[in-house]
Amino acid sequence: MTVAFLNLSWQTFAEALSLGGIYALMAVGIGLVFGVLRLVNFAYGQLIMAGAYAIAYASVWGWPTWAGILLCVGVVLALSMLMDWLVFRPLRTHSPAVMLVATFAIAFLLQSIAILAFGQLGTVASSIGSLNRPWDIDGVLIRKIAIVSIVVAAVCLALLQLLLTRTSLGLHMRAAAMDFRTSRMLGVRANRVVGGAVLVSGLFAAVSAFMLTGRNPQVTPIFGLDDTIIVLAGVVLGGLTRPIAATLGGFTIGFASGILGGALPTNQSQYLPSFLFGAVIVVLLIRPSGLFTRGDALVERL
Amino acid sequence: MSLRRLPELLGPALLVLAAALLGLGVSASLQTYFLDTLVKVSIVVALYLFIGNSGVLSFGHIAFVALGVWTAGVLTVPEGQKDAIMPGLAHYLLHTNVGNIASLALAAGVGLVFAFVVGLPLMRLSGLAAGIATFGVLEIVNNVLRYWQSVGPGLNAFSSVPQSTGIWQAAIGALICIVVAYAYQRSRFGRQLRAAREDPAAASAAGISIYRQRLLAFALSGGLAGLAGGLYVHLLPIEIDSLYLDLTFITLAMLVVGGSGSLLGAVVGALAISGLDSFLSASENGVDVFGLQIDLPTGTTVIVIGTLMAVILVLRPSGLSGGRELSLPRGRDLSHLRKARAST
Repeated sequence: MTVAFLNLSWQTFAEALSLGGIYALMAVGIGLVFGVLRLVNFAYGQLIMAGAYAIAYASVWGWPTWAGILLCVGVVLALSMLMDWLVFRPLRTHSPAVMLVATFAIAFLLQSIAILAFGQLGTVASSIGSLNRPWDIDGVLIRKIAIVSIVVAAVCLALLQLLLTRTSLGLHMRAAAMDFRTSRMLGVRANRVVGGAVLVSGLFAAVSAFMLTGRNPQVTPIFGLDDTIIVLAGVVLGGLTRPIAATLGGFTIGFASGILGGALPTNQSQYLPSFLFGAVIVVLLIRPSGLFTRGDALVERL
Repeated sequence: MSLRRLPELLGPALLVLAAALLGLGVSASLQTYFLDTLVKVSIVVALYLFIGNSGVLSFGHIAFVALGVWTAGVLTVPEGQKDAIMPGLAHYLLHTNVGNIASLALAAGVGLVFAFVVGLPLMRLSGLAAGIATFGVLEIVNNVLRYWQSVGPGLNAFSSVPQSTGIWQAAIGALICIVVAYAYQRSRFGRQLRAAREDPAAASAAGISIYRQRLLAFALSGGLAGLAGGLYVHLLPIEIDSLYLDLTFITLAMLVVGGSGSLLGAVVGALAISGLDSFLSASENGVDVFGLQIDLPTGTTVIVIGTLMAVILVLRPSGLSGGRELSLPRGRDLSHLRKARAST
């Protein structure tokens, strides 16, 4: 059974949709922190790696799945708050390029700590391995994790939208993303906003960690690294200044790589990164502030 | 050229010469570390020429190094052995071979031309967009070299390339990079680009084309990176996996720790981090220091260097050198101006 165009199977379509959903979550996690701190967190993938290890080790220790998920959320939140305290705060006044290099260093640091602590080979999160089994929907076999990811991503994004539009914290976050200085003068508390953004971003990292582990239970020190690189490109592609734009950018690049990866034969799909990054460069040249922004140029904070 | 400016060139050059002389006096196994260090100096100086002078971040320079590796490597593997390590090589490359010096010159040329072509569109970007776009260049070059077997060995290592990078070739290569970087930053082009780095609006108002100056610096530094790649492949049988994120990380760390604002900073950073890196890597395999057996677990190197880089970025963003060059004490002292600027 196939979708009409491109000879795509429903399976590929669902997988691409779920990859798009996960990447959208990661993109909004990166975009939220960028909004308030003007900082692109290269180490986001290592947060996800840490969460994935939490799930894997919980499964090795024989904990029930819900406890593994709780551990994952706890570890990722603790780590992102630690990162905020030790690195983001002291660097707040520096240029975006310096902060990008700093998080690049943190990413490598965390990765080698993982190599040191858990070894190169990796651990298998067998407790959620059952998510890899397919559901039979009207003769089409679709992995459970694909459907779970689509639903979870949609729910998370809806909740975030509610948070941003219906609560005072959300209002403050949006104000800070537009103009941090002015919003502070108008009574927005900087630490609260930054803390909120880091927390929500960490929560999304934990959720993404769960779903990526569901897709691929083999957790290694470079888990999530490739995904983060693609998502970073997607975030810049969509536009960093607005969470919605970043989300759409992440979804687009995830969906595109899912579709292309599934539809192309292996001898062409190995060049997939080249196509994706080529497209990103072209878009950056045409619209440096991103595809889904309203043409408002990225204002560097002085 | 005034005499007062001479230390700006001599300082870094003498440091490199000292490292080379030191490398001559040690055992062959220890010498590999010095050779590696000198090649790293070339890469970091190439990075400095663009990042330091323009203030624009580039994650893409390792792509130019990789192209240098491929150019010099493919053209110098002995004809009889090309089939063995590069089974898919295109016909015209199969029977083309050049000498050592020619291969290095071609590596530099390919790096320069490719950086120029890539820079034509990319140099219009700045800030984060430039960072991500140059990262894209690295991804694409890495991806293509990894799978396109008509132009090289793909995933195989460049074994049987003549190992002509001895201590002198490595030192001369690093010195060439330093002289080019010095000549550039003292030229009117370098000054224009540095002016644009400090204040883009004022620089454009004074009639400087920021785009053109960035493009020139990008192409030049691409050429130096290509040369460094050529030196690298003549040093050890390198493969595509070692020309990716790890090398990008370590060379950026060198530049940042040394201080990206000055040539001295680039060289000092490369030497210091290379020394640390060599010592720690050796310790990971077990080493004797004054009768003390040190045996560190694998991965310690990156942890130490990553921490150092983060600490330097937080506490001293202008690096060890503080962005200053060596200069003779007499003459006008402008440091108070810099301080005044920093405090505003």
